[in-house]
Amino acid sequence: MLEKAINGSSKYWIWIASLLLIIGVAGLAWMKQLDQGLVITGMSRDVTWGFYIAQFTFLVGVAAGGVMLVLPYYLHDYKAFGRITVLGEFLAIASIVMCLLFIIADMGFPSRLMNVIIYASPDSMLFWDMIVLNGYLFLNILVGWNVLEAERNGVPAKKWVKIFALISIPWAFGIHTVTAYLYCGLPGRGFWLSAIIAPRFLASAFAAGPAFLIILATILKKTTGFDSGEKALRTLSKIVCYALIANVFFFICEVFVVFYSQNPEHMDHFIYLFWGTGNLVPFMWASMILMVTGIVLLLIPKYRNNLSLLPWICGIVFIGTWLDKGLGFVTGGFVPNPLHEYTEYAPTALELVISMGIFATGFLVLTLLFKMVVGIKQESGDTTPH
Amino acid sequence: MKESRRKFLKIAGVSAIGIGTGSVLTAFASSGSKEEKAAQAAGARFKHRAESLKAGHWGMVIDTRKIDADLAAKIQETCHSIHNVPGIEGKQELKWIWPSDYKHVFPMQTNPYVSEQLKKAPILALCNHCENPPCVRVCPTKATFQREDGIIMMDFHRCIGCRFCMAGCPYGARSFNFRDPKPFIKEMDPMYPHRMIGVVEKCNFCDERLARGQMPACVEVSKGAILFGDLDDPDSNVRKALRANTTIRRKPSLGTSPSVYYIV
Repeated sequence: MLEKAINGSSKYWIWIASLLLIIGVAGLAWMKQLDQGLVITGMSRDVTWGFYIAQFTFLVGVAAGGVMLVLPYYLHDYKAFGRITVLGEFLAIASIVMCLLFIIADMGFPSRLMNVIIYASPDSMLFWDMIVLNGYLFLNILVGWNVLEAERNGVPAKKWVKIFALISIPWAFGIHTVTAYLYCGLPGRGFWLSAIIAPRFLASAFAAGPAFLIILATILKKTTGFDSGEKALRTLSKIVCYALIANVFFFICEVFVVFYSQNPEHMDHFIYLFWGTGNLVPFMWASMILMVTGIVLLLIPKYRNNLSLLPWICGIVFIGTWLDKGLGFVTGGFVPNPLHEYTEYAPTALELVISMGIFATGFLVLTLLFKMVVGIKQESGDTTPH
Repeated sequence: MKESRRKFLKIAGVSAIGIGTGSVLTAFASSGSKEEKAAQAAGARFKHRAESLKAGHWGMVIDTRKIDADLAAKIQETCHSIHNVPGIEGKQELKWIWPSDYKHVFPMQTNPYVSEQLKKAPILALCNHCENPPCVRVCPTKATFQREDGIIMMDFHRCIGCRFCMAGCPYGARSFNFRDPKPFIKEMDPMYPHRMIGVVEKCNFCDERLARGQMPACVEVSKGAILFGDLDDPDSNVRKALRANTTIRRKPSLGTSPSVYYIV
């Protein structure tokens, strides 16, 4: 099936070449980081995780979001998703690849990566995160590949594939829950020390993931003619809407607890993020405005059902949830620090270049996988829904 | 791998029983696990140095009334020089023990009317060698671990630099080598290893000095302002000081149970 990915127009190859160029430049930046250490980043003794770990956290959500296609199709036999569940699975693969690369980029001593396996420490949530992320990667490769191959051969997928697809459903919830547990079990970090973190992560993931899928589906239709189907997109838009409402609701619950209780160890992080003097304040407010705007537009059927407007609304949702989780969440937990001192964090140019390289790698994986899907759909004459 | 691990612990003058015990998952297991028995068998081949200092649980009492800015600076300088802590300034600095002030070391235990003396006093911050350490719990490689005698150790050769322990520590006690520390070490002390790029470090209660029969360096230069001894022994100097004075620990509500006590 891979041959489908190496057979494309000149536009396709220009896109691939641009991604490779970005990856190459980022590779050089990473060499510099390997040589000099994380000194090239904006991280500090007080803010010890920055842009890398924030992207990792957000992308685990995008990966988990794919389950919003897999679950209705495999559990409820929702046929409109049947043609595109593989897109959700392949988006999950690309996202997990980026997650793992961001973890490696963040490590101070990456050549010791295998110590996590050699000296396996089940007390550490990072150990479990390694297991669930790699397991989810494996499940999605296994299911996505076999379903696609069956489609190519014009036969129904084998029964055992469905078993793994069913396993991947709770597993998707698992990856983002364990990722939340990395944060919410730390006694000294008031901003993260909340049981709502895992549910909130899942809610924002189920908004961001499907929103991104709607955008990708629109791009696929424009560039390849592959139509995901109006019904599928409409259903996805409803999922985005309700997941986003849940996310904002959970956030309001957190805000109530924090500000009504007036507990400074929890409250001071929120004050820093929304009313402080730090550089994150405008981004946090932008996040709130974008998420609320997204909810309003998605709730009104006239806008939600307008398929040329929908991808733009999804863009608003995606950026809103990214600012919240991919920017504010990690830094916000570190400021103020345990001694109640305020240290600002901003990523450096090199940190951003390395991050761009990882995003480009993710897009490369995604492009190759989606190219395969479209190639096979074209072969079997399944480019428009029946 | 396990064998060399044990050797490391033995050379440090401790029993390897700390591995895997006291953890969330093994807390329910019956005592005398395979690992422990193997460690005990290995123990026969490694002897504690006769002169090394031992305790059931090491603890520290800092008498903040006796420490002025000069003494605090001297304590910090002594500690940092014998442990090859690089003198890097700015946001990516490294420090094992440092003078802060009351409202920062005890952020939720202060009030607007604390005594003038306490407002001005330099309060030393360092690793608390918690009885229930979050840093050990979160470490994905057991590069940071708890010894039988309560000391929280760092294995610089195992640390992967993920900095999860720094997120886990509620006291800001840990530092990370963002860059190669060597150019920033004024005078290399050959009695203690320097670190490489990308690993975490922190106060080790001078385990290398305890193994040689010496008190921690900060205790030695503190002119009696810092006491160090066995918390399990009711007749130890620290227990006597704790009986005679009102002491506080940092962030007691977190359940970490620090081994460092402050007389304020």
